[in-house]
Amino acid sequence: MSIETTPKQSWWNRIANPGQFVAWTGRLLWPLTILTAALFVIGLWLVFFQSPGSTPNVGTTLRILYIHVPNAWLSQFVYGIMAVSALGTLVWRHPMADVSMKAAAPLGALFTLLALFTGSLWGRPAWGTFWEWDGRMTSTLVLLFIYLGIVALWRAFDDQLRAARVIAVFTLVGAINIPIIKFSVDWWSTLHQPASVLRADGPRMPPEILTPLLVMFFAFTFLFLTLHLKAMHTEIKRRRVMTMQRRAAQGAES
Amino acid sequence: MIELGPHAVFIVWAYIGVIIGVGGLIGWTLYDARRTDKKLADLEARGIRRRSAGPAA
Repeated sequence: MSIETTPKQSWWNRIANPGQFVAWTGRLLWPLTILTAALFVIGLWLVFFQSPGSTPNVGTTLRILYIHVPNAWLSQFVYGIMAVSALGTLVWRHPMADVSMKAAAPLGALFTLLALFTGSLWGRPAWGTFWEWDGRMTSTLVLLFIYLGIVALWRAFDDQLRAARVIAVFTLVGAINIPIIKFSVDWWSTLHQPASVLRADGPRMPPEILTPLLVMFFAFTFLFLTLHLKAMHTEIKRRRVMTMQRRAAQGAES
Repeated sequence: MIELGPHAVFIVWAYIGVIIGVGGLIGWTLYDARRTDKKLADLEARGIRRRSAGPAA
């Protein structure tokens, strides 16, 4: 009987090495891109050719919700990814955690902006107003400002490792806004309707509306995962460029 | 053409906005990746190496 003496690297340690992370996850980029594209093709076909054009309670603006709900979901999901990465930075000092945090911030900002944009275009015909300072909308606008603040903070620091720790703390403090957004529709009387998909008693909509909504939901989620991975690879390479430029400058001085 | 109803203009603008936003995001991600790849290739062509990659050739 032989005893295995070479220490086995867990995937967790393996992806801690930036070079290995790029090599390992690089293979996922094309399958993810193809999956995302396929989900969008199927989703848009369902939205425009299979879904009913209107429902008695939503009216003809139903098709806006197929892009509004996934963007609104992503505005919070991306923040969740950033908050988990922030824990990774502060607790485990995982080298990929701050890369993940930094790459996710501009993506989250754009999805939040699109959620607000599509929401206001839905609100005008449905509620008679583009904007109302109610709980859900105001807290989502605050989320957009938090994202923009985080993007600005990353640019304010030269030392990215130092930046990561400061921004991780800021991200975790800002995470308090996420449950506020989620429960704003229950806590305050808002124009925005309460949850109708993520409910304890199951979704409250017919399958011909739920199916396109779920497909679009996965299409947008995979779009985020693909772009996040690509942006993480770019961030790793950008750090390499910075290190090499520093070495080149040091070499020129000596 | 699909019948979009009396609020077609809101639906069309919502989709146009999302297409521009998502298209811009994809374009920017790819542009940023290409630009960084080019910088990295330029530095490597100048013979600059990272410490982990060993001494410059």
